Amino acid sequence: MMKTSTRKVDNVTIVDLSGRITLGEGSVVLRDNIRDLIAKGDKKILLNLGEVTYIDSSGIGELVSAFTTVRNQGGELKLLNLTKKVHDLLQITKLYTVFDVKDDEAAAIGSFTK
Amino acid sequence: MTEKRVSFTLESTLDSVNMAEEKTEKLASELGFSEEDCHRLAMSVREAMVNAVLHGNAYDPKKKVHISFEQLGKRLTITIADEGRGLDQSDLPDPLAPDNLLKQSGRGIFLMRSFMDDVQIKNLHPGTEVRLMKTAGSEAADTTEEQQR
Repeated sequence: MMKTSTRKVDNVTIVDLSGRITLGEGSVVLRDNIRDLIAKGDKKILLNLGEVTYIDSSGIGELVSAFTTVRNQGGELKLLNLTKKVHDLLQITKLYTVFDVKDDEAAAIGSFTK
Repeated sequence: MTEKRVSFTLESTLDSVNMAEEKTEKLASELGFSEEDCHRLAMSVREAMVNAVLHGNAYDPKKKVHISFEQLGKRLTITIADEGRGLDQSDLPDPLAPDNLLKQSGRGIFLMRSFMDDVQIKNLHPGTEVRLMKTAGSEAADTTEEQQR
């Protein structure tokens, strides 16, 4: 089960995710969330994965899809607070260098294009 | 050396995926795998089960997934077979290739191979069988020896 909540700081939308991002659980929720944000015109998105306990290949696919969707709309999507498990998965799949990964929220917010 | 084998026939549903994953994590923990290896085993089984349920059997209620757990000493072998149309291994893309890096899917088998000691895939005509093998690391054995001294 995955939970999400959204807040806005300095024109950056922060999505706090918790739980599992897996097929049939979090991946659809994440996809819908990103789609809704894009529809509202929110194109600076910071995904806080600090409370994400588990992610499978389907979840990785959703993160990639979210990244490309936002980028194709001229926006930016960054990741915040990776757990060791998620960090290792992104390393193994060579996605760590694709995503802009941050570990400090204020610095992450400041890094978005003004 | 302890030898044990248990097998199940499961429906082609996501509940079966979760059940197989939980069973693996519990068994791996009982066999003395480290917490990280328990997670890697459970995730590999999840990936293989998702492939069997989603890509192999395509959620067809008439088709089943067969899973067996074999324990031989500290080695755990998990075999997952579906009744789908089979997998063409020559068709598997490399998820690390620059052209594939941003693709949404195609990482399941790659992750299994990264996490397990050995992964064997066999076409059953019809169906696909995935065999996942991992042996509990020597760190656990060393710890036990330390405690016994």
